[in-house]
Amino acid sequence: MSMTRRTQEALASNLPYEELLPSEQPAYVHSYVYLFGVATIAGFIVLIATGIILAAFGPQWWHFSAVGHFFNGLHFWAVQAFFFFMVVHLWATFFQGAWRDGRGTTWAVGVITFLVSILTAFTGYLSQQNFDAQWIAVQAKDAMNSVGVGAFFNVLNFGQMYGFHIVILPIAVAILIAIHLTMVRLRGVVKPYPIDGTEVQR
Amino acid sequence: MMSRKHAYYRGVRMAPYDLVKEFLVALGVVTLLVVILAAVLSSPDVRPLTLQSIATTDPQSYVQTALNELDGSSGISDYGPPYNNGTGAVQYIGPISIQQLIGVHIPVSTAQDFVLGPLAQVAPTNPSWKVALDRYNAAPARQQTAWTNAYNTALGKATESGPHLSVARCACGPVTTMMKAMLALGQRGAMDGLLLTNRQFYQTDYTRPLLFTADPDNNVVNARATSLHLLGSQWGVMNETGNYPGQAWLWLYSLFYQIPPYTTAWAANTDALAILSITVLSLVLLFLPWIPGLNRLPRYLGVHRLIWRDWYREEKQKAARTAKHNAEVEA
Repeated sequence: MSMTRRTQEALASNLPYEELLPSEQPAYVHSYVYLFGVATIAGFIVLIATGIILAAFGPQWWHFSAVGHFFNGLHFWAVQAFFFFMVVHLWATFFQGAWRDGRGTTWAVGVITFLVSILTAFTGYLSQQNFDAQWIAVQAKDAMNSVGVGAFFNVLNFGQMYGFHIVILPIAVAILIAIHLTMVRLRGVVKPYPIDGTEVQR
Repeated sequence: MMSRKHAYYRGVRMAPYDLVKEFLVALGVVTLLVVILAAVLSSPDVRPLTLQSIATTDPQSYVQTALNELDGSSGISDYGPPYNNGTGAVQYIGPISIQQLIGVHIPVSTAQDFVLGPLAQVAPTNPSWKVALDRYNAAPARQQTAWTNAYNTALGKATESGPHLSVARCACGPVTTMMKAMLALGQRGAMDGLLLTNRQFYQTDYTRPLLFTADPDNNVVNARATSLHLLGSQWGVMNETGNYPGQAWLWLYSLFYQIPPYTTAWAANTDALAILSITVLSLVLLFLPWIPGLNRLPRYLGVHRLIWRDWYREEKQKAARTAKHNAEVEA
């Protein structure tokens, strides 16, 4: 069997589209907290879209053009929304004990996504090219240097931070989100904690 | 073959769920929210400080910084890795300094990079600067130190009048001329470019200008950061300029800079220990599913009863109906 056929069969067996995009969910998936995961993805898409426009016009655009500054505002508020939704999603899945029944790696990938997102936002703040970026850079250098990271991840080097912010880290976040989502779809949504008498007493 | 998910869902009541619609609605709502916030509240963009603005606003502080870079007494001169082999900013975790183990990777010699190098580039355009620079470079180290010490004393008694700095005559040798040159270059904006320039035409690395600009001796930068509530002790890591939200998600990391022992007994190594602490906590979060006790915590906290309240109510009603039915059958 050719490698292509084997890949085809492996994908059909492990990633059937009806599993990835199901048209029904368990009846317990019925709470507003389930919306914060998809809201996080929506925030990420807005971030990527506005980021592409900012990158296309270049770093000077958002300082000296009203339209550019507006898009900078969109990107700025999108990151606030993204983290707000992501943190609520994190807390919600924590309170659900969403790692139960073999979902530990799904939780772990989610946490890694959160941590890489923090680094992505951090490099974004360093790339603003304003006083805040200057100050964050000179303050953060001490923390980075104190554990040896600053030798390779130089927060004072705009070119390096900008590259991390617009290419390396967003791609990493996108891949992590894709893995996280695939895991959720393939494993399904965790069941509520079993009724032991406590849960029903409200 | 039944998939893992279907096996998991066996016996669970399923309900129609439109994921695509949910996603599109979420995207629309989030986009609208972001557009409204950006249109109404805009975004922060406080202009960066330049060496020109610092030299003009507070010439004494600027010259003091330059002098300290020259005589090796600045915060960066003795900083340590990755810039040099000093020890001033070296931090330890227990007996180990990872900073020193990694070593110097971005070499910075403050006297050469911040003062002598830039002056050497422009000295050919001004004979008096060239004479002063040549005289300083030719002098023995002890003589250089005597000049800089004398200038340091004189500078402490200097007076400012706007951008003008009056330093009393002193036995400072060529240092007086050199510092006048540094101030002139700073106030005309030349230093911003001179510190940035290195081996090639295109520039993206601001390591040297930022190190000079933000040297702890520089009052202008610190005063501005303080007024904007950006100091570490002001939760600055998560603050933005103005009244905008900053990196609020760094609140836990920022907390370490506010509390003992990080601010007291561990103050000399606060950064390294804060990084260590947040790393440990991140690992706990990462491996939470496999940590006995902690992985059962949510059940005892009970918030899930609120999240799944409809499901539990239905299950309770179903159980009651079943019990009633069984009782009727038995009767």
